[in-house]
Amino acid sequence: MSGLFISDEQIAHARALARDITDPIFDLIAKHTTVSVERTVLRWFGVDGVGNMGAPLVNLMVDRLKAAGVLNKGAAYWYGRALRMGASSPLDAVERLTAAPLEALQPLSPDDEAKLRQEVRVEARAMAQELKDRVARRTALRHEFPPGQPPHKYVIVATGNIFDDVDQARAAAQAGADVIAVIRSTAQSLLDYVPHGATTEGYGGTYATQENFRIMREALDDESRKLKRYIQLTNYSSGLCMSEIAFSAAWEHLDMLLNDAMYGILFRDINMRRTFIDQYFSRRICALAGIIINTGEDNYITTADAYDAAHTVIASQFINETFAKRAGLEDWQLGLGHSYEIDPHRPDTLLLELSQAMLVRRCFPNAPLKYMPPTKHKETDIFFSHAYDVMADLVAVWTRQGIQLLGMMTEAMHTPLLADRYVALKSASYLHRAARGIDEEFTVREDGKIANRARLVFGKAIELLEECRRDGMVAAISRGRFGDVKREETGGKGLDGVIEKAPDYFNPFLDLMEGRP
Amino acid sequence: MTTHHTKEKQLIRAYGDRRDDGIIQLSFTLPVTASEKAKEAAKLYCQKLGLTDVKVAAVERAAEHYTFFVVYGRSGVVLDYAEIDTPEIIIKKKSFDELNAFIEEEISRRVVVFGACTGTDTHTVGIDAILNMKGFSGDYGLERYPWFEAYNLGSQVPNAELIRRAKEKNADAILVSQVVTQRDVHKDNSRAFIDEAKRQGVYGKVTLLLGGPRVDHKLALELGFDAGFGPGTKPSDVANFVVHQVLQRLGKEQKGAHYEGEPT
Repeated sequence: MSGLFISDEQIAHARALARDITDPIFDLIAKHTTVSVERTVLRWFGVDGVGNMGAPLVNLMVDRLKAAGVLNKGAAYWYGRALRMGASSPLDAVERLTAAPLEALQPLSPDDEAKLRQEVRVEARAMAQELKDRVARRTALRHEFPPGQPPHKYVIVATGNIFDDVDQARAAAQAGADVIAVIRSTAQSLLDYVPHGATTEGYGGTYATQENFRIMREALDDESRKLKRYIQLTNYSSGLCMSEIAFSAAWEHLDMLLNDAMYGILFRDINMRRTFIDQYFSRRICALAGIIINTGEDNYITTADAYDAAHTVIASQFINETFAKRAGLEDWQLGLGHSYEIDPHRPDTLLLELSQAMLVRRCFPNAPLKYMPPTKHKETDIFFSHAYDVMADLVAVWTRQGIQLLGMMTEAMHTPLLADRYVALKSASYLHRAARGIDEEFTVREDGKIANRARLVFGKAIELLEECRRDGMVAAISRGRFGDVKREETGGKGLDGVIEKAPDYFNPFLDLMEGRP
Repeated sequence: MTTHHTKEKQLIRAYGDRRDDGIIQLSFTLPVTASEKAKEAAKLYCQKLGLTDVKVAAVERAAEHYTFFVVYGRSGVVLDYAEIDTPEIIIKKKSFDELNAFIEEEISRRVVVFGACTGTDTHTVGIDAILNMKGFSGDYGLERYPWFEAYNLGSQVPNAELIRRAKEKNADAILVSQVVTQRDVHKDNSRAFIDEAKRQGVYGKVTLLLGGPRVDHKLALELGFDAGFGPGTKPSDVANFVVHQVLQRLGKEQKGAHYEGEPT
């Protein structure tokens, strides 16, 4: 254990506060669905492909149901109605539904309604089982070729072209990477649909599509066998299509997803209600598919100051943990985010960074955690930049981070060159090899700078959690408590995609994942 | 202010540890498997670049079919430093308090500044560093200046909206931040911004500034901006520049009074 600093009772108190804070949000979640959640349901039934204007079929169908004012019964219900009309395939179902006068359709007899739901439930169970089988094959490969020792070295590829990404990902794996992240094309989070097929054009990254996921995972499966070391793949379940991406990633058996309960609200100005509802369904899918989520608290201290706002990271981690646990995720799936971002021109920053990383480890002893490298104060002097990254490598291994994003010496200049990743991987491997177990050799004094700083930060985190409980999450966010960003409950993008559920709302996948037969 | 253009040559070469030794270091990757042959290829490559005394210091297997090299060599390239003309913003900077007092005295109203990452760019780190209260590297952001009225609209703001909102508040300056540079998207978007500024009639009336890690003053001028700010820019650099631009537009200061080498 990296320092004690604070008592178990204090940590339990933080958890209790986080539960109280999220309670009212779970009322909201239980009563609502979103267009994205309903599109996810249809994807799960196998509705794939695009219409003649390039719009995904799931969008066409859900938009039609929404326009007719009947989406509140759940897309699964209407899928069942289409089957009852004689639809022979998911595509046929979409065609029948988009052509039918939905507004005029009367309910079936109670008997037929029950039968319809039963039929759809049976199909949902089969599709959920198929998902689990696909994930089981991934788990088997992981057992056959175990991943390297943590901290798992995580690097990004971002060419915009999935086929170039594959080359770069293979090269990174050969140089020692444990996790490959394919950065998404900038602004994809604001698209209210998921693009389709393999893509070769993107800005600052590559579109997240199910086919791109499949291509990359297949290449990494192959590379894992060659290297006899399982290489993990991650992408971004965030933005307006959070749960659809989670589903596609689960189906293509990705290993991790960036998935945060508040990131979209704060940093992409996506509506609060929309985000809370979407994150819940996406996390249910991650729980089912054994996906590790990575949360985005590190972003708070790229906008706010890392020294002053350190406590907001801790408070948010407790909130993110609660959201995750209530969606069925387990400790081993919680890559709670934090980072090495304190201005290096200050004195004592190595001690301050160690303090923060030890505090996070102390609060979440069984979570892998996701440790981010410096970005905000990076300099274009690549030699200094490299030395700066190496210090983060030391802190990561010292505090037993499960997942470590490696800093690139050309951060703030361009997307990483192949050699940038190589250099970062070589030195991270060196630090991990050289210092593994260092935490067991040195005891942190309880009256020193590290411990005092940790106590101070934790105390402020408790104050913030208490404020959130007293005034509500919505009020705290509207005051800019997280990341210095202020958002209103009815502001942001995507609120019109939030729908109140009808009393007979039907979502057999949600029932299954919440443990209702 | 006058500048002296001496016609006397000033010849320079790269400096390793002795004047005119011409030593440079470089690193690069070749798409071949690490081997003696790969090392020889790296040497040849550098000779073709015009280097002599090539020393391939490191041959690293970066991946199965990629080799990373660190190389030292001598370059015979000679430059006449005296002939180089770079437009550079030279500002006689005032401190935080001095600048606020100066605005109060000379302009007598708050200076209004709007900023955003426009187009598809989502990276607000640059614009935040300049505008937000906190600032950057111990240098306060424009929001902190009592005599500035700063609006940070965040990321992915359409060019037209940024300009429209700036017009509503009679902004003195608009800051455009561009971080993502893949396929020169920052240049395309910056050109689109200038076109929009012309369409909405603010071009030439409002000071237009471009910032970002791959932006420099020269590029910004070429794209049609009044100035460009690259990596390491502090909020106070921008604050001082904007104040002098306002004074120039008010006719209280001679154009170019505080700049050297500005293109005519």
